[in-house]
Amino acid sequence: MIARGSWKWVAIAAIGLAVVLVLPRAGVPPFYVSLLTQTWIYAIVAMSLDLLVGFTGLVSFAQSAFFGAGAYGVAIAATRYAHTDFLTGILIGLLAGAFVAAIFGLVALRAEGVGFIIITIALNQIMWGLAYQWVSMSGGDNGITGFIRPKVGPFDVSGNAGFYYVCLAFLVLMLALLVAITRSPFGLVLRGVRETPRRMRALGYNVWLYRYLAMLIAGGIAGVAGVLFAWYNQFVGPGDLDLTLSTQLLIIVILGGIGTLYGQILGAAIVVFLSNGLSAVTQRWELVLGAIYFIIVMYAPDGLMGLGKRIVRRIQGKRAAAPLIENQLLGVTGDES
Amino acid sequence: MGAAFYVQNLLGGLAYGSLLFLIASGFTLIFGLMRIINLAQTAFYLIGAYVGLTLITHHFNFWLSGLAGGVATALLGFALYSLFLHRYHADHLTSLLLTLGFTLMLDDSVLAIWGGDPHSISPPHELSASLQFGRLVFPSYWLALIFVSLGIAAVLFVFMQRTKLGMIIRAAVDDEEMTRGLGVDVNRAFYVVFTAGALLAGLGGLLGGPITAAYPGLDGELTPLAFAVVIVGGMGSLSGALVGSMLIGLVNAFGKALFPEFSYFTIFVPVALIMALRPGGLFGRTQ
Repeated sequence: MIARGSWKWVAIAAIGLAVVLVLPRAGVPPFYVSLLTQTWIYAIVAMSLDLLVGFTGLVSFAQSAFFGAGAYGVAIAATRYAHTDFLTGILIGLLAGAFVAAIFGLVALRAEGVGFIIITIALNQIMWGLAYQWVSMSGGDNGITGFIRPKVGPFDVSGNAGFYYVCLAFLVLMLALLVAITRSPFGLVLRGVRETPRRMRALGYNVWLYRYLAMLIAGGIAGVAGVLFAWYNQFVGPGDLDLTLSTQLLIIVILGGIGTLYGQILGAAIVVFLSNGLSAVTQRWELVLGAIYFIIVMYAPDGLMGLGKRIVRRIQGKRAAAPLIENQLLGVTGDES
Repeated sequence: MGAAFYVQNLLGGLAYGSLLFLIASGFTLIFGLMRIINLAQTAFYLIGAYVGLTLITHHFNFWLSGLAGGVATALLGFALYSLFLHRYHADHLTSLLLTLGFTLMLDDSVLAIWGGDPHSISPPHELSASLQFGRLVFPSYWLALIFVSLGIAAVLFVFMQRTKLGMIIRAAVDDEEMTRGLGVDVNRAFYVVFTAGALLAGLGGLLGGPITAAYPGLDGELTPLAFAVVIVGGMGSLSGALVGSMLIGLVNAFGKALFPEFSYFTIFVPVALIMALRPGGLFGRTQ
């Protein structure tokens, strides 16, 4: 099953997993444990977005809407209706994310390429408007508080170390799920849809349906991550589903390398530590973050790995081939128009 | 809910639509011509409002202050385009992310320079009175704003239809490659359109100020409306931007009056309907 050479990666993954497993117990300050917890959650959403961007060729700016649907879903259920247990909460996130994706997909998938981008931005903003304006349901700008992290079976995870493991477990689970999906025949069709939708159509595949299913899966996973995020903060607010978050997620995907899944963990770590580190250092962190986005988009459009490769090539004196994001994502569907 | 209710919201909606047009006309032309989704367009609006407001507090004339706000954002837009964006005009995602980077930086700069307090903006003295017709009462500034925007729209239409540069822009929106192939310098049109778009949005900032006020985060609230306008009207179409602006302005006004908690959601309904019936928008080409 495992190809030659991939043992190296299995070993690296095992060592990495071992390190992150002992971290909270090895005297790492709680602040960093909580940043890592945030990293795992962001990595889950970013991976779900990568399923759309990297594997299906759909550049979506609506991923934070699915994430926020999960977060608000569990917060509303917990504060209004009844105390929710762990599995119910996760299920609410899965369904809420997939439900919003199902509606968004119907509207957004009527367009392709840049039209899809525009419509997902509009839809995402509308979700934000709903969270911001529907005060009686969402608490408006004040958001929703007053819910706690439920027990996982017999385990009390209300402490930060315990919750760290919950999120890590979900990260591994979702990564495994997404790797399985992308390597399955279904995943191969998605790649075909990304590369040459017209040819896939000619071969008799229902391109729309595959894109729609990819959106449902990505929405469901993002919704689960949203639930984890709501429990992590024990607060939800309009910032959990705004356009800035959607962009942040795309930056994570780009940083980690589009279409890599694993890379998004690294991308998430960088963005989480950067934004938290900056806000600790300077009041004008948003300005600096914007500038950093800028630099990433201009100079590392094929991710950190791509940037590294280009630097190495530059040093070796070869002309660096620098594929634009466009070539990887939208240019490939060029035979469509 | 008598006739006064409808007329009042009709006028309010058209006034709101007028300020949306100032944002959306640039937005749609920039997209149609360069394929750049300029998210900074509403940030230009906000900066225009603050620059104008600052001048007004120094006792400058309202209209001159508004113009100064527009000139300030035009310079800013020109700088951003010529320094960064011009390299990525055909690259949707990169250019979009760059404009979002601008927006983050501009928002934070606004917060740093002008602080977080909301500022209300009074209309110019001569237009501060309310007009009254029977039971109907509305600010005279609403009417003025509608006329000013229609005037600007008329200038834009004449420019697009009657000048050589306007002709080049229209040709390049339709088929950029062919236009270049005919030996036309399209790049010049890019600079003009991006700068003019920033100018219009910045101009809108103070002109729309008496309706929207100015506060950090206003740009984020206007963005979905600008998007709705462009989706409804058809991307790249100036007539679409005008009709779409008025339509979204009206839906926004009546939505806010009838369903105060769901005004974004009520805007979404016509957007979804139009997407379902005419994916290219009312005035757009179906792809």
